[in-house]
Amino acid sequence: MSLQRFSALSLIRRAFGRHESWQPQWRKAQPKAAYDAVIVGGGGHGLGAAYYLAREHGLTNIAVLEKGWIGGGNTGRNTTIIRSNYLFNESAALYDHSVKLWESLSQTLNYNVMFSPRGVMMLAHTVHDIQVFKRHVHANRCNGVDNEWLEPEEAKAFCPPLNIGQDIRYPVMGAALQRRGGTARHDAVAWGYARAADALGVDIIENCEVTAIRRDAAGALESLETSRGPIRTRKVGVSAAGHTSVVMAMAGVRVPLESYPLQALVSEPVKPAFPCVVMSNTIHAYISQSDKGELVIGAGTDAYTSYTQRGALHINTHTLDAICELFPNFRRMRMLRNWGGIVDVTPDRSPIIAKTPVPGLYVNCGWGTGGFKATPGAAHVFAWTIARDEPHPINAPFTIERFRDGYLIDEAAAAAVAH
Amino acid sequence: MLVIVCPYCGKRPEIEFSYGGQAHIARPAQPAELDDQAWAQFLYMRDNTKGLYAERWRHSHGCGRFFNALRDTTTDHFAATYKTGEPRPDAPPIATPVTP
Repeated sequence: MSLQRFSALSLIRRAFGRHESWQPQWRKAQPKAAYDAVIVGGGGHGLGAAYYLAREHGLTNIAVLEKGWIGGGNTGRNTTIIRSNYLFNESAALYDHSVKLWESLSQTLNYNVMFSPRGVMMLAHTVHDIQVFKRHVHANRCNGVDNEWLEPEEAKAFCPPLNIGQDIRYPVMGAALQRRGGTARHDAVAWGYARAADALGVDIIENCEVTAIRRDAAGALESLETSRGPIRTRKVGVSAAGHTSVVMAMAGVRVPLESYPLQALVSEPVKPAFPCVVMSNTIHAYISQSDKGELVIGAGTDAYTSYTQRGALHINTHTLDAICELFPNFRRMRMLRNWGGIVDVTPDRSPIIAKTPVPGLYVNCGWGTGGFKATPGAAHVFAWTIARDEPHPINAPFTIERFRDGYLIDEAAAAAVAH
Repeated sequence: MLVIVCPYCGKRPEIEFSYGGQAHIARPAQPAELDDQAWAQFLYMRDNTKGLYAERWRHSHGCGRFFNALRDTTTDHFAATYKTGEPRPDAPPIATPVTP
């Protein structure tokens, strides 16, 4: 299927035809009997992996299987924050690879993903926060990742709604700012990758759930059973987020994951009132304003593992308590919707992008509460890993075996909170 | 918010409790004899079941005691709670959720 390119000229030209000549952005593909490779999971990570497999590795006889609709899982449920100010070298390399791809993604895909590097500011409320964030600033700079320390007055200048008064429970004592960080339109990422992958010949198959993984006598991957019939393939990349444990169990592989509900909420839409992204790990507030005008607010995970895509209200009210203290002008805002997504969390809070003990089976998982920002970078190195049967240097440390060998990438301890 | 039946104190709201992860994982009797693979299994690998899951809870803002629960992770309905040391109950019938 040839791609109808989007441009100002094509928009004007088709306006004369009352915009009736636009093609669907991707085909409704039917599953074939066999593929060279199959990606399980049609979120941003899976669709992106399919796109890079087709574009950079020449694998075009491939499919993406999605049990629901594309982008309907965590890709459509997150708070769209993009940043790369992680402490450890391995993480900084992976997340900054992603940020660099974000910067040109709209041009690459010919699809406006609305990447907006408006700056991500992380607030410090304790002496410990100050020390940890300054350590992050220095470590990031050593890795070529921008990050700078702001005093409370500078933080207020960057984000005027911020309350830096001393009369709140956890006053702002400073902030770390990554100016290259920001947000993007989450749906557009899934749609843009789907459209671009489809144009390269990738079959995107929705409403197709994998029900079994078959292995040959030697233990290598042989075929998939799905709700839309069997599919023969020797390579499968699992990119199933919160359901990774379920899919991997079909191949007899245990992964160090637990799936938790992570909640988010949005307010009623208002005029532009909030210029950047503000995160407070210590008192658990994550807030930005979408181009539509809604305040997009990230809450925490529920305490228990679950697959229900909903959680308890006290998680949201806890976050709103913090938002109201930090931004008193939002105290009378009304919240419009809240929802949950199921996130797969590893013990060290770093992802796994790796080969598995089963030949031909690859996994991209464990993104926990922060996978959206990594979408292009993770998809890019995951495609490399699948195509070459070996990891890209960037994802080489992110194996399952690191838990056996003791090489944890312990961002959990580095940040001391979910992130 | 979940309502959890502590086997010692009775029905209480979720915020009185803290979660303790998968239940019935016994610490190896001879840790020194474990190889790295077995040690990683004990430390890090969890079943993460979609369905009926045996898990630990602690009534941290109540009696302070640990206990176990059987919960369906697709609905969050508790099938049973039982004291630590007692065996996992045979999959009891899941109580019909009470809707107000």
